[in-house]
Amino acid sequence: MSDLMSNNIKQDREEEWRIDLRKSIKAKDRTALERIRMPEVEPNIRVKSHIEVNMGLSPEQAIAEAGRCLDCVNPTCMEGCPVGVNIPKFIKYIEAGLLAEAANTLNQTNMLPAVCGRVCPQEIQCEANCFYTLKLHKPAVGIGNLERYVADWCLNNQENIAENKIVTGPKVAVIGGGPAGLTAAGDLARLNYQVTIFEALHDFGGVLKYGIPEFRLPNNIVNFEIEKLKKEGVKFVKNFVVGKTATLEDLREEGFQAFFIGSGAGLPRFMNIPGENYNGILSSNEYLTRVNLMNASNPEFDTPVDMGKNVAVIGGGNTAMDSVRTAKRLGAERAIIIYRRSIDEMPARKEEIHHAIEEGIEFITLTNPIEYFADSHGNVNKVRVQKMELGEPDSSGRRKPVPINGSEYDIAIDQVIVSVGVSPNPIVPKSIQNLAISKWQTIEVNPETMQSNIEGVFAGGDIVRGGATVILAMGDGRKAAAGIHQYLQDRAN
Amino acid sequence: MNKIVEKEYLSDKVVKLVIHAPLIAQKRKAGHFVIVKIGEKGERIPLTISSADTEKGTITLIIQKVGVTSHKVANLEVGDIISDISGPLGQPTAIKKVGTVLCAGGGVGIAPLNPIVEAMKKAGNKVITVLAARSKDLIILEDSIRKYSDEVIIMTDDGSYGKKGLVTEGMEEIINREKIDLAITIGPAIMMKYTSLLTKKYNIHTLASLNSIMVDGTGMCGACRVTVGGETRFVCVDGPEFDAHEVDFDELLLRLKAYNPATEKNTKNN
Ligand SMILES: Cc1cc2nc3c(=O)[nH]c(=O)nc-3n(C[C@H](O)[C@H](O)[C@H](O)COP(=O)(O)OP(=O)(O)OC[C@H]3O[C@@H](n4cnc5c(N)ncnc54)[C@H](O)[C@@H]3O)c2cc1C
Ligand code: SF4
Ligand code: FES
Repeated sequence: MSDLMSNNIKQDREEEWRIDLRKSIKAKDRTALERIRMPEVEPNIRVKSHIEVNMGLSPEQAIAEAGRCLDCVNPTCMEGCPVGVNIPKFIKYIEAGLLAEAANTLNQTNMLPAVCGRVCPQEIQCEANCFYTLKLHKPAVGIGNLERYVADWCLNNQENIAENKIVTGPKVAVIGGGPAGLTAAGDLARLNYQVTIFEALHDFGGVLKYGIPEFRLPNNIVNFEIEKLKKEGVKFVKNFVVGKTATLEDLREEGFQAFFIGSGAGLPRFMNIPGENYNGILSSNEYLTRVNLMNASNPEFDTPVDMGKNVAVIGGGNTAMDSVRTAKRLGAERAIIIYRRSIDEMPARKEEIHHAIEEGIEFITLTNPIEYFADSHGNVNKVRVQKMELGEPDSSGRRKPVPINGSEYDIAIDQVIVSVGVSPNPIVPKSIQNLAISKWQTIEVNPETMQSNIEGVFAGGDIVRGGATVILAMGDGRKAAAGIHQYLQDRAN
Repeated sequence: MNKIVEKEYLSDKVVKLVIHAPLIAQKRKAGHFVIVKIGEKGERIPLTISSADTEKGTITLIIQKVGVTSHKVANLEVGDIISDISGPLGQPTAIKKVGTVLCAGGGVGIAPLNPIVEAMKKAGNKVITVLAARSKDLIILEDSIRKYSDEVIIMTDDGSYGKKGLVTEGMEEIINREKIDLAITIGPAIMMKYTSLLTKKYNIHTLASLNSIMVDGTGMCGACRVTVGGETRFVCVDGPEFDAHEVDFDELLLRLKAYNPATEKNTKNN
């Protein structure tokens, strides 16, 4: 955190209303309050539809939870937030009942609060650094739940939606309409640049639309954020595959003076084991795209999707959890996670694992698929798995799974969703001559400015990090917008 | 953009649409395809760009009515707008002067073959084309193919036009007659399998343009994966053309049936 920022934070904290608010309840009484549990739809009801699992806090619950926050002198929670949201300030506004102000505070640093409040891994970010967690060893203030509360309030009260703004500055092209691109575009539009987002698909939002399911992040939330950006003056162009429909050079000739690449990590990995191309075996990207983006489970839509009865999902990340819980909702009798390490090593958010268990998802851990078998039509009907044990820690610091010889056995299944990671989509990087790319196919950037080795070409999000998180992608988008602003100003002078 | 400016029936079930899509027309090369989606509830399907006119800013698509979406596309009229078209996608055909090129087009595969025949001829090759279909009315684009081929042989299953017999018979006749430097085969997977077996016998380098099921068309989903030379490749970004002798056609044939009988709506285009 820069000194300037921390000074502002200190000043804010000394405003009269906040001092009064702090004094209104004793710290001892605040810490005695229990963390408010997020109300959820009952598991047996929610698995029958795509309804959002978390229902959101009521106004009373939100004020009570906000009351737990001690408004610390040294708000360590903020250090855990990749975009530096002024956490105590927005929470104290909630406690004071000033929701429009709370919303403004969030919007200053977070372009997509309704999204982040739902999908950020708060338990390893802000909430992991909350005074309650660190010093009191009690459940943290529900920062994520409160963020979502404020963002949803905005959505329902659409008050702080600006009028259509006219932007007049130089033209900047943003490639990819995921969280990285949306954030960069929003920041640049606020700096008066004429920003156009070029998106390959027929809809905007990136993984937020095609990947993360409705029951975790409803599409109308993402659409709401996109509408906000349109009002800020951002232009949206769909069905435009940069590198194919036009190259960066073409766009330069059209007058675009700087570029932000946020094209994500859309290339699914497979395991390259025998039988993996049988019918009924698909990547989580394909499965989730069919269901989320193409609405395949709705009979009114044309895109088909198989609805397996015995579905195995391979992997332990958020994508695997989203796939297996989707399979359950599409009527699977058995929806199984097969993961090569133990449940403690799963990269998925704790909350998602917990929800999956509640919904009757089976977990077969320390187990890895080694071969698939199919019937005479080529439809998968069996997976052969092998048990694993954990050995020495590997380069990621997690203990490396080692196969146990002779432990193979078969599981009858009729659908497999492979969810073992993604790599950057090469279309954009390949189309730019001399662009510096790492051995993981990610774009190399200066971490301060997010500029690549090519002048005026910036990048961020999964295309730079490999599969990461929404908030890190947004943080990159924000940094890159600042980098682009600096670059264009330097050039103008 | 995406407005239909011309529509013509090439046969009962095969429709030609000329669509205003200037950016795609600018960039497209022989071998490229587009992904098309009709309306909010539509699915995304790949269609090869049969030709393009950069001055008018149009692309030509040729559609055989088979599944839900191809019917929807074919039922559009002049003046209608196609809600979503993205492209040009895939790798273009490597057009080179190699000598004599034997092109084989089966059924609606004649449409994607058309631009390749033209480009191969313009590159200075001798082009011999074998067109094959079940019957006369399914032989499409004959004039255009003739314009850029030194010789055209037509084969129909029922003998209603050209010679009666299979595409491979027509090809073998040519192969026995003169030296072929490159073969290109486009059509139903089963036809490509057999033409590929034939040219393998004669050791002729052969390209096949694969028609796998796709969703995004940009390498994001893996629906289009095929095995080529023992490795998994994505048709939409690595293809659609591959060395035919390396392609696992049996796997492709099975994968094309992936969504067939499951439900009514699952009749796929390809
Ligand atoms: C199923 C799933 C669940 C997840 N759950 C979570 C979670 O709970 N919490 C969390 O923090 N993170 C989660 N993640 C990770 C998170 O979604 C990503 O890290 C984040 O979306 C990356 O943002 P991005 O903007 O870099 O890329 P993306 O969201 O991938 O967006 C990239 C966009 O660029 C477009 N594009 C690609 N190539 C081109 C081109 N050539 N021309 C034009 N456009 C192009 C793509 O179509 C896409 O719309 C999840 C990911 C998945 C797949
Ligand atoms: S550390 Fe926890 S208690 Fe302190 S200001 Fe941040 S959220 Fe509030
Ligand atoms: S169609 Fe999705 S990867 Fe090829």
